[in-house]
Amino acid sequence: MSGAFTRYLAGRVFGLLMVILALSAVVFFLMHQVPGGPFTFEKQPLPAEQMANINRKYGLDQPVYVQYFKWLWAILHFDFGIPFQSPSETVVSLVQRAWPVTIIVGVITITISYTLGILFGITAAVWQNSWIDRVVTFVATLGLTLPSFIIGFLLVYFLSVKLRWLPTGGWGKPEQLIMPVIAYGLGPMAIVARYTRASMLEVLRSEYVRLARARGLPWHRVMLRYTLRNALVPLITVLGPSIPDVLTGSIFIEGMFSIPGLGRFFTSSAQFRDYPMIMAMMLMVAVLWGATYIISDVLYGLADPRMRVGGEVR
Amino acid sequence: MRSSSDVSNASGNSTSTVGPVLSVRDLRVEFDTRRGRVRAVDGVSFTLNAGETLGLVGESGCGKTDTALSLLRSVPAPGKIDGGSIEFEGRDLLSISERDMNRLRGKRIALIPQDPLTALNPVMTVGDHIVEVLDIHLGMRGETARSRAADLLSRVGIPEPRKRLDAYPHQLSGGMRQRVMIALAISCEPAILIADEPTTALDATVQAQILELLDEIKRETGMALLLITHNLGIVAGHCNRVAVMYCGRIAETASAGDLFRHPHHRYTAGLLACVPRLDRQGKGIFFTIPGTPPELTNLPPGCAFASRCDAVTDHCRSERPNLAHTNGSAVPGSTDHLMACWNPAAKASSDAGADHQTSARMAVAYGRAHDKSDA
Repeated sequence: MSGAFTRYLAGRVFGLLMVILALSAVVFFLMHQVPGGPFTFEKQPLPAEQMANINRKYGLDQPVYVQYFKWLWAILHFDFGIPFQSPSETVVSLVQRAWPVTIIVGVITITISYTLGILFGITAAVWQNSWIDRVVTFVATLGLTLPSFIIGFLLVYFLSVKLRWLPTGGWGKPEQLIMPVIAYGLGPMAIVARYTRASMLEVLRSEYVRLARARGLPWHRVMLRYTLRNALVPLITVLGPSIPDVLTGSIFIEGMFSIPGLGRFFTSSAQFRDYPMIMAMMLMVAVLWGATYIISDVLYGLADPRMRVGGEVR
Repeated sequence: MRSSSDVSNASGNSTSTVGPVLSVRDLRVEFDTRRGRVRAVDGVSFTLNAGETLGLVGESGCGKTDTALSLLRSVPAPGKIDGGSIEFEGRDLLSISERDMNRLRGKRIALIPQDPLTALNPVMTVGDHIVEVLDIHLGMRGETARSRAADLLSRVGIPEPRKRLDAYPHQLSGGMRQRVMIALAISCEPAILIADEPTTALDATVQAQILELLDEIKRETGMALLLITHNLGIVAGHCNRVAVMYCGRIAETASAGDLFRHPHHRYTAGLLACVPRLDRQGKGIFFTIPGTPPELTNLPPGCAFASRCDAVTDHCRSERPNLAHTNGSAVPGSTDHLMACWNPAAKASSDAGADHQTSARMAVAYGRAHDKSDA
């Protein structure tokens, strides 16, 4: 059984590596096909000689496939190059500086929004059609329909400008985290709450829950062993894939609240034709996504015996 | 009747005294729906004796399942028990607390469901399910509980019971899962076993095995079996008494033999005529009762069966018949032959009577064939 599992996992990881390899090639060639380069400035174009020098320095004068294999070779030695938009440092040091900020905001956002979302979803389902269910449904609809930057504007306007309770932005103090986390987390919380509610209602109506009650099992036991566990299992596939999204940051949230995170580089790298950064961030997102999918599938198998590889009795 | 059950109540041990284990009186179940209030069960009374099988027969939606679930006070929302009494072991189940009711559910009164495929928690093993019930109701834990669970599985005919304890529901076939449900139901040796169409979701060969198993368990433990079905062959082969339900009421009740030989209510007679007749040619093999039951939201003032009955009278349309003894005297709650019909079939022509008798024989033969296919 464990041998089969190791083989399964190795297969999945190998598959992920192949996907990333293919993806990197496609992105690399596409990115070089896009008109304009990192050092073409429309207003004050560089003289042709300087341009040739710079291109030679960064290897941009070579054929694209040569550049790709050089990049690939460097990557294998953990050399991600120098970001064109900030040539005084390396891609690695830039990411090391900016990503932890994003991860802090992301982890707090995920923890709070998923926990509250699940709790609200459960409450709404157990007391279906009560006032609490209506409140949750209303807030969830708001969270789903309002973009995070509008929520952010509203928060800044009321909490900072009108009430003067919280700083409008910045980084370093705990209270500066409150508004970004709310603005960022309301959407995921709404999604989780709605999924949890729907999933709970389905299980609550199921035959095995009804029959567990008919066997005289106490309410709390039926809730824990029959309802919650079964209702939360499908959430793994919903929650898992939304994690990479949050962990790579949002340009809206980080821009609005002046958070020195990674989010803005997703846009700026594309604008600057910052090839090394584009490739580095593509890799980050791809690895995060792939890993999350593998982890959610493994967790699903652990949580639901019907999904286990092999299928024989332990 | 009443006095005998009172005596058994006073002794506090109704299973050992002669008399019903359970008596239901004037049970009513209501559903609040968008289209108005529906009375799914309307004044049903019956008794259940230790060691007997009572068949509850009727077409879909006639209230047989709601009647049975009322015994566990588990009528699904928005339905609720609206009146009547259910006397069991000296108490009225409709007036005890939810806590006390939970001590009876699964322990003294157990349910075998219609569809075993959706009846078990998919993330729990078979053993988890049984051990849990043994723990909650009997305080059994650890190895004691596990070996009792294995005994139960082997009792219901599951091979390699020790190994099956660790199996998940999806690893077992439908028939095996129904056996697990039976093992769960009999785990605390209940006084009453409710089997709600226990074989509907199973294929024919497994059906016979499951019914034979239920008969066997009933014989060994002396518990009472309430068998809900729409299959008259099953009734003929496995029930001592039968109650035929129509539109939330009991139309006729009698011993199984009596009911098959002398159906009084026109609906019962119609049901018997629906048993396929191989001794007839062509279209005569299959008979159906024309029409459909009236909407429960819009019941006629008279007999609910009037619109489908071929022997309807003006009286039938104007006044609702109550259960009465077939010889005319009203004896509600007795185990005799009772029916609610103004123009009963037994008074009809001898030709029709002979037909019913043939149908009855066919049904009985069908029931026996059912048993034999088990061997």
